[in-house]
Amino acid sequence: MSARIATQGRLIDRSKPITFTFNGKRLHGLQGDTLASALLANDQMLVGRSYKYHRPRGILASGAEEPNALMGLGEGGKFEPNQRATTTELYDGLTARSQNHWPSLEFDVGQVNAALSRFFPAGFYYKTFMWPKSFWEKVYEPVIRQAAGLGAVPKERDADTYEYFYAFTDILVIGGGVAGLQAAKAAAQTGAKVLVLEQTPHWGGRAPVDGGTVDGEPVEAFVERTVAELSAMENVTLRTRAMGAGVYDHGYALGYERLTDHAPLLAGPRHRLWRIRAKRIITATGAIERTLSFAGNDIPGVMLASAMRDYVVNYGVAPGQRVVIATNNDDAYRTAIALKQAGIEVLRVLDARNSGGGDLMRQAHEMGIRIDCGRAIARVKGAKRVTGVSVCAHDGEGGALEEVACDAVAMSGGWSPVVHLWSHCGGKLIWDETQAHFRPDPNRPPTGADGEGFVVPAGAANGELMLDAVLSDADAAGKLAAKAIGFKPKRGKVPQGAGPEEAPMMPVWLMPARATTALRNKAFLDYQNDVKVSDVQLAAQEGYESVEHTKRYTTLGMATDQGKIANINGLAILADSLNAPIPQVGTTTFRPPYTPISMGAIAGEARGEIFQPLRRTPMHDWHDENGADWEPVGHWRRPYAYVRPGESVHDAVMREVKNTREKLGLLDASTLGKLIVKGRDAGKFLDMLYTNMMSTLKPGKCRYGLMCSENGFLIDDGVVARIDEDTFLCHTTTGGADRIHAHMEEWLQCEWWDWQVYVANVTEQFAQIAVVGPNARKLLEKLGGMDVSKDALPFMEWRDGQLAGFDVRVYRISFSGELSYEIAVPACRGRAFWDLLLKEGAEFGVMPYGTEALHIMRAEKGFIMIGDETDGTVIPQDLGLHWAISKKKDDYLGKRAQQRSHMTDPNRWKLVGLETLDGSVLPDGAYAVAEGVNENGQRNVQGRVTSTYFSPTLGRGIAMGLVLHGPDRMGEVLEFPGTDGKAFKAKIVSPVFYDKDGEKQNV
Amino acid sequence: MSDAVSALKGASFDGLVRVEECGLQGMITLRGDLSNRAVAKAATSVSGQKMPGQNRANVAGESGICWMSPDELLVLVPYSEAGAAVEKMTATLGKVHSLAVNVSDARAVFRLSGPAARDVLAKLCPVDLSPEAFGPGQFRRTRLAQVPAAFWMDDAETFRIVCFRSVAQYVFDLLKAAAHPAAAVGYHTSVGG
Repeated sequence: MSARIATQGRLIDRSKPITFTFNGKRLHGLQGDTLASALLANDQMLVGRSYKYHRPRGILASGAEEPNALMGLGEGGKFEPNQRATTTELYDGLTARSQNHWPSLEFDVGQVNAALSRFFPAGFYYKTFMWPKSFWEKVYEPVIRQAAGLGAVPKERDADTYEYFYAFTDILVIGGGVAGLQAAKAAAQTGAKVLVLEQTPHWGGRAPVDGGTVDGEPVEAFVERTVAELSAMENVTLRTRAMGAGVYDHGYALGYERLTDHAPLLAGPRHRLWRIRAKRIITATGAIERTLSFAGNDIPGVMLASAMRDYVVNYGVAPGQRVVIATNNDDAYRTAIALKQAGIEVLRVLDARNSGGGDLMRQAHEMGIRIDCGRAIARVKGAKRVTGVSVCAHDGEGGALEEVACDAVAMSGGWSPVVHLWSHCGGKLIWDETQAHFRPDPNRPPTGADGEGFVVPAGAANGELMLDAVLSDADAAGKLAAKAIGFKPKRGKVPQGAGPEEAPMMPVWLMPARATTALRNKAFLDYQNDVKVSDVQLAAQEGYESVEHTKRYTTLGMATDQGKIANINGLAILADSLNAPIPQVGTTTFRPPYTPISMGAIAGEARGEIFQPLRRTPMHDWHDENGADWEPVGHWRRPYAYVRPGESVHDAVMREVKNTREKLGLLDASTLGKLIVKGRDAGKFLDMLYTNMMSTLKPGKCRYGLMCSENGFLIDDGVVARIDEDTFLCHTTTGGADRIHAHMEEWLQCEWWDWQVYVANVTEQFAQIAVVGPNARKLLEKLGGMDVSKDALPFMEWRDGQLAGFDVRVYRISFSGELSYEIAVPACRGRAFWDLLLKEGAEFGVMPYGTEALHIMRAEKGFIMIGDETDGTVIPQDLGLHWAISKKKDDYLGKRAQQRSHMTDPNRWKLVGLETLDGSVLPDGAYAVAEGVNENGQRNVQGRVTSTYFSPTLGRGIAMGLVLHGPDRMGEVLEFPGTDGKAFKAKIVSPVFYDKDGEKQNV
Repeated sequence: MSDAVSALKGASFDGLVRVEECGLQGMITLRGDLSNRAVAKAATSVSGQKMPGQNRANVAGESGICWMSPDELLVLVPYSEAGAAVEKMTATLGKVHSLAVNVSDARAVFRLSGPAARDVLAKLCPVDLSPEAFGPGQFRRTRLAQVPAAFWMDDAETFRIVCFRSVAQYVFDLLKAAAHPAAAVGYHTSVGG
């Protein structure tokens, strides 16, 4: 059993007990515990079920590499699945739930999979669910989805907030172990600005547990002293609980700072995503211990040797009382010694090497620990916890020599440098035969824009596993990084580390070396995805040679831990099966983030009210307070209609149209784009941009214009007003303001750079209000200040002046077919002017109207709408807008394209009006069907609806559409099938339904 | 006639730093050849400030000149003087190819003040805001979360930020969130706020 012991525990505070729950059970831990150490202290060795076979699993590791102990943490809006217990700091009231089991952790139905495991080989899903094809969607996929996946999806809205921080630094050091600290110091002493990120709450990494001395003092003292020195330096920033998550091009890196995970009651953001630009990045990310692949290596109680001593030394927790240790290297002896010193019985060290190890083995031997060289674990016994091991000769097939009863097993298969961050941006690896691991190839670093490497590995992450080498390598890395960016390293004394002499390790990819099939079937490589030695061997046997293919076929390394522990063992097995050297097989690709980061951190501040910018006109608040049913238009919100109490939205729209046609309507038109175009060549420029002639427009007058892309397609429309000889004001659609501004700048800057034209976007300078309806003039005359009569201000002209003391620019333009004035006032007075219009207009029946009323009124008039009648494939000629296309001009953007054969094809669909025979409203986007079917068995089509409304003015449905030879087929009836079985019949008519001669607007 | 009102009517918030909408500010976009003497004179004569260099701004109170691009300046004058200033500039510019236009109402201006101002703004703008990289006299056009913005520093602890009027509320809400009292970073300043 695992339990708290009375001694050790450098990170815990025994005076501060903490209560937490695991699967609803109340447990006790101590301040400083991780969730993993606290669970072990409570003898909770079973912590989850595996993904595929639902096998019982325990805590394997003590850090970021943990594959098994994944928990659902928190409740409600704070719930988060798949959190590693080993990196979760314990806090009072923490609630954790184990995952992937039903109905309970102790009794799990899914374990039937395990009993049937020989029917679930590598590629099982691929092989089995191929046939019959039709079963995939209906049967296999739903069932697999039900069974698959770790953890539960949060059901409530995330209760926390998140933020970004943009940091710029000379040197970013990732990792705050002895290597990171020494590298940071060496770099900082040159004057370089240094940022150090450490993923845990503690400095020093493994060193305080692993021991050794630096310049004669314990390594822990060195860590403390170096942190103090760095803290005192102005040019150094130190952050704990901050993981270097990814390294990207040009020295960009992501840091993931967990601010309140250890204390969720703290106010403020939960996570902060550091978006870092560094001139050089030092990866001091340490190394991860590998498992040994023996049968039953996944039974709860089997643990990495380094993790076992972490629990003893850091947390005062014994993962077992009687422990067997299996190893192929000297490091595991540190565990044997630490356990023995803590009073834990070490039954055996099974050293696969015939000659055993060096100083540490001798020390263990002197302490009375039994060491058996050339021995291995044949299999571990037990189900939900270890009960014993069968010991065998390593160089054999697993025939048991003896049985040893024990309650925990520590294993060490050697160490793999954490090369992830080195590799994220393309750093290459070399195979180190001696240590049997991949480490960074100094000749092939990830390179920046200047072709120089911008990542420097340091310490264990660079394959240096001995304390002395770690320190000198890190010191050199710090100096190298600083020197590369122009700082001058001083020659200083490099701290001298000292530790025991270690004998060479021996690669062990399978234990025992020639384990039988039965044993290989229970020797796990990837714990999280349940991939065994036998699965990888089967993949190789079936012809998978590429490690990337094998990964996908077997799912090795594809779980949330990305195979931190599994990958090297897996590819070594693959290499062995293929009879290829390991470096030739290579690794899979390392991708950021190093461990999963929260979606909240990725979203940053963008949630709730500030999820997206919401653009507001000066009258926005009035709309909001007066029943606006909002319609998003780009980032703007425009009132679709102003709904009064007791009305439906449709009722409101009908009322607004009717009132505007009969009395007086107000429209907030502020969102429409307004671009000032000025210069000697402004007329020439606009002649090129619009299909019609703008240079001939007289100051004081307005003209409607169409704008096309160089491919001929209609991209925007609007009214252009000539302000003076050199100046035009171009109105664009709401969505077109920024786009058309950019379009103008592009042509001016890239093509016509020698034309004298400047453009300014003044869209937001003005609140623009359309005063529309038969009573419009009466209201303006009542306000007084300028002559708005037909003679003084005719249709399609504009004037500057004053109304009721407001400086205004009044345009006589109409998108409704009514008498209409669009009045621009400075935005800061917009609301006041709007209020005044409402107050003074009351006697004339004034009523604001929304975008739907605007749409209906323009459709009644047959006016097109960009985005309804156009979709990026429509040219003005399709819309019968020949009158707005100048025949006199040599050129305009789109002219050439519109002459191409497909554009002049008489079979292009053309704009017409559509009138249902029964007065109903055509469905939007409906297609008119033609005779016969196409090659897919669908009805042939001959037209489609582009706009469709109920017109209160006409008391019937009206629509516009694009129809084959439409204008030549007036009076013909087309059939439009709906989506509900009903077919609509509509007659082709003129698109102008109302006031065909334009008498109402020209009064 | 009623008084003009700024987008947020001077709203303010006190957190890690003080965030306040500055109210009305006269602003004129001037486009032209910045090496042309008439263009320079048009800007300097109405603002009383010298021409700024690239990426710089000369601002005192409500008057100033900010470098926007190789052919654009933002000229600051008191709000009530903007109309007259545009007329004066246009007269000064004469026949020189240029564009002077009043954009005072198209913008909102915020002040961010306090020792943590750099840390707060660095949550929203991808800009090196260390004192070595950015200080009074400099001017930066950038992105503030999801919208365009520009800023300069009035002193070592005070930013003035310009954005479009329509997104004034969004920018204010962003700055408030970034200035949350419990969200100190301590990167540019060791104190929290």
